[in-house]
Amino acid sequence: MATYIPNTKDEQQSMLREIGYQSFDDLFHDVPKEARVQGELDLPEGKSELEVRRIMEGMAEKNFVFDTILRGAGSYNHYVPAAVNEIADKEEFLTAYTPYQAEISQGILQSIFEYQTMIAELTGMEVANASLYDGASAAAEACGMCKDRKRSTIYVSDAVDPRILSVVRTYSFGKGTEVKTVKTADGATDLSALKEALAADPQAACFLMQYPNFYGIVEDADAIAAAVHEAGAQLIMSVNPIALGILKTPGEIGADIVVGDGQPLGLGLAFGGPYLGILAASQKNMRKVVGRLIGETVDSQGERGFVLTLQAREQHIRREKASSNICSNQALCALKASIYMSTVGPQGIRQVAELCTSKAHYLAAEFEKIGLKTVYGGEFFHEFVTSCPDADQLLEALEREGILGGLKLSDQEILWCVTELVSKEDMDDTVRIAKEVIGA
Amino acid sequence: MKLIFEKSVPGRGQQIFPECDVAVTLPKVPMRQTAPRLPEISENEMGRHYTELAKRAHGLNDGFYPLGSCTMKHNPRINEQMAALPGFAKLHPLQPEWSLEGALEAIATLEQDLCEITGMDGFTLQPAAGAQGEFTGLLLIKAYHTHRKDDARTEILIPDSAHGTNPASATMAGYKTVEIKSDEKGMVDLEDLKAHLSEKTAGLMLTNPNTVGIFDDNIMEITRLVHEAGGLCYYDGANLNAVVGLVRPGDIGFDVVHLNLHKTFSCPHGGGGPGSGPCGCKKDLVPFLPGRHTGEEGFRREAESIGDMTGFYGNFLVYIKALTYILSLGKEGIPDIARNAVLNANYMMEKLKAYYPVAYDRTCMHEFVLSLEKIHKENHVSALDVAKALLDFGIHPPTMYFPLIVHEALMIEPTETESRETMDGVIDAFIQIYNEIIDNPQAVAASPVTTPVRRLDEVKAAREPVLRYKFGE
Amino acid sequence: MIDPKELKYTKTHEWVRYEGDAAFVGISDYAQHALGDLVFVNLPEPGDEVEAGEPFGDVESVKAVSDLFSPVSGEVLEINEELLDAPQLINEQPYEAWFIKVGGITGEEEMMDAERYDAFCEEEEGNE
Repeated sequence: MATYIPNTKDEQQSMLREIGYQSFDDLFHDVPKEARVQGELDLPEGKSELEVRRIMEGMAEKNFVFDTILRGAGSYNHYVPAAVNEIADKEEFLTAYTPYQAEISQGILQSIFEYQTMIAELTGMEVANASLYDGASAAAEACGMCKDRKRSTIYVSDAVDPRILSVVRTYSFGKGTEVKTVKTADGATDLSALKEALAADPQAACFLMQYPNFYGIVEDADAIAAAVHEAGAQLIMSVNPIALGILKTPGEIGADIVVGDGQPLGLGLAFGGPYLGILAASQKNMRKVVGRLIGETVDSQGERGFVLTLQAREQHIRREKASSNICSNQALCALKASIYMSTVGPQGIRQVAELCTSKAHYLAAEFEKIGLKTVYGGEFFHEFVTSCPDADQLLEALEREGILGGLKLSDQEILWCVTELVSKEDMDDTVRIAKEVIGA
Repeated sequence: MKLIFEKSVPGRGQQIFPECDVAVTLPKVPMRQTAPRLPEISENEMGRHYTELAKRAHGLNDGFYPLGSCTMKHNPRINEQMAALPGFAKLHPLQPEWSLEGALEAIATLEQDLCEITGMDGFTLQPAAGAQGEFTGLLLIKAYHTHRKDDARTEILIPDSAHGTNPASATMAGYKTVEIKSDEKGMVDLEDLKAHLSEKTAGLMLTNPNTVGIFDDNIMEITRLVHEAGGLCYYDGANLNAVVGLVRPGDIGFDVVHLNLHKTFSCPHGGGGPGSGPCGCKKDLVPFLPGRHTGEEGFRREAESIGDMTGFYGNFLVYIKALTYILSLGKEGIPDIARNAVLNANYMMEKLKAYYPVAYDRTCMHEFVLSLEKIHKENHVSALDVAKALLDFGIHPPTMYFPLIVHEALMIEPTETESRETMDGVIDAFIQIYNEIIDNPQAVAASPVTTPVRRLDEVKAAREPVLRYKFGE
Repeated sequence: MIDPKELKYTKTHEWVRYEGDAAFVGISDYAQHALGDLVFVNLPEPGDEVEAGEPFGDVESVKAVSDLFSPVSGEVLEINEELLDAPQLINEQPYEAWFIKVGGITGEEEMMDAERYDAFCEEEEGNE
């Protein structure tokens, strides 16, 4: 059995006696007998490190790791530069707690301040927080930020990832907040439906859109921003941070709050987590930002230093009046994202965005040639939807070749995603297999 | 030290990506007008920057870390290696089920183990942190009452000693918080509880042992009273380390529980996350669990589910670490955690109480609270000053000014993974500081002096918020 | 210059100064001292109703937040926007730093004159 308790059984007994207890039973005298577990837990016996390793490796080996991944839909297979994990695995970062004691936590605090700056730069927004759990919960928190006594209805585009919508709905259920969706036309938010809905509802608090949207399309965010602001509501943009390497930024568009999942910034697929909830906002929303914020200040000698700041917004002070219960952030994931952004730099973030979108356009064009038509007319980034006579049949054929194909949206529609990790050869193989399957 | 942006030189950088092997084709949409000012820095310079930052942080191996309520125990190395296995780390969350046998086995095993450890009937691993686990649990309570058309239950009872997340989570779930007083022994005041129970009571949230480190020995009576009033009982697992393997929340009347895998189950805190906050419940609430979980019919979503807390399956790689830990310790090792956590806390308390008064002078559980109220009045040295003085000994200070019901509080939680010699060394440091309080209180108030920065001006930070680097603008 | 002796005070340490039909509301020197350095203030909007004895906003220090209770019932005519940018004014000049101006007053809390309030504060100090 493994143990991480340093004191031996004898030492434990002598410590017990030294402080006046006969036994462990005696030490736990405050716990009523009827509250205690009788006998043993129904768990296996403890194991040595080597035995545990074998069990866990055995479990890991029962999973199949795909070589080529053409599936995104909220989780993107990007290259993780070597420096990211090498640096982030330093135990000072890995094992530290929240930086409550600023004097000995400057390393953590400064790294988060740098992260906040990088996210502000990438999104074009004025402030960013220290991060939230993931993109979906960040979107839900952002919707909460927009609500006040006068405006409380949340509008969400139907072209937002259904998983994000589900989390927004779950977060809203307790308070009975109304969440309404706005329909799409040709795979993007239907602008006239949006205008109509907002015009008819003086209680509209915000509109949540995705950029690029769930179907990969880069929506006309300028027009949406104008419509939302015209109605006196706030615009929340859920973004893919890699796409912001080239796309017009939410700051330039005039978004009020930006959320997104930072997973593409060096976090790996990780079967869905831990990921990274990005949240950035305009200056006027600074005081409403949920979660931790790191601020710059000086110490008693006038040296620059960093602290957790504007804490009176948060649950540990405001308790039942806090606008969110969030306590932690995803500091280690934020650190990885910072290292990623520092490694690739301004050139690299543009380059990886160009690689993804160029390759996606190549694959879409090759699919067209064999009859898998791109379903929507809008301009896309690195995801797109094609038709397919039999989605299951095609995806299974690809899986047999070690290729994880796109996500099945319906029996005749597939959402594909291409990243820089997919080579031209991989795509040509995919098209060849597809051609055989559909008999084109 | 400099910010990474101040080390950036235009034109420097690292070559990570290859040339494009297909024709460059960009979407015909508006493009960003200016490049983000990300650092332009060589790998060597960047590596040194982060090493310098690491030296200005305090990890578990830098010294004793007795943060009360945070359970800063050792993070076993094997856990990290298992979570990094490609068979876990490289899985896409939307892979077909045939390719996920091991991942689903890991999830099912952990869910079952957590059920056994807590006495619950079902678990969701989807919540990403303790606070989200709490929110999940409250939504389960809400769904339960709503489903029974028992809509008049609008209040959640919470003791005044509770963590701030409890009332904040209750508000997010649309409940009104009703505060219950603590009695002079630091436990729930039964009379106050009875006075506030009514047909409006949706439930009670309780941390047991509570935030002053005391096991409420009226627990069976408390949960019985709440059930009698038609409410449900919520167990905040923040302090489970004190009783894990010895007491199961499900056996003492709790209906819902959240756990902090980054506390009790040894996952690292990462400087503030990622954590993992699974939420478990009794059979009657299982139909409302969020996400997918392993029920009798396999890994599936419940028809009456409250929805989703995060996009996929929660912080998978974090809970793989917890699973590794549970497998390592097993049925004998798990109760040993609690025994030694409680032993270590009482050992330290006994040795310190002659110098620093304890808030509640009785056997504690895994943590205890010192009150420096008297020292503050008589010697003008505050809990904050003592905390800062500890920094000069290379010791991470205890939790300060919490719980709110104790004035000038220092809350100490050594955990089971500290040796007797380490604790003796820390006790000596506390005694040296005590002597300094008597002989030279100004020196204590001026500490720390050995840290990279001295005390920081938090008022300035809050009055004139600077939340990002301004690039010399 | 405002003379604190001419103001009326609540048990929750707000002061009131009447000017015609309107009431200006702030917090006492005792209160600002007890709260420490204030870093932010949350105020209602002009047009909002306030009710005597009920919170109308709050003040934040670095580590705490405290409700502000309205001594009068009525409608907020104006808020002191200067405080939003310079909360330190509350610490520096507590009797100049009014939070809200209330009109259409329909009721008020039980209040004390300066002398009684001073005695009340001394008593509170003793209980600490």
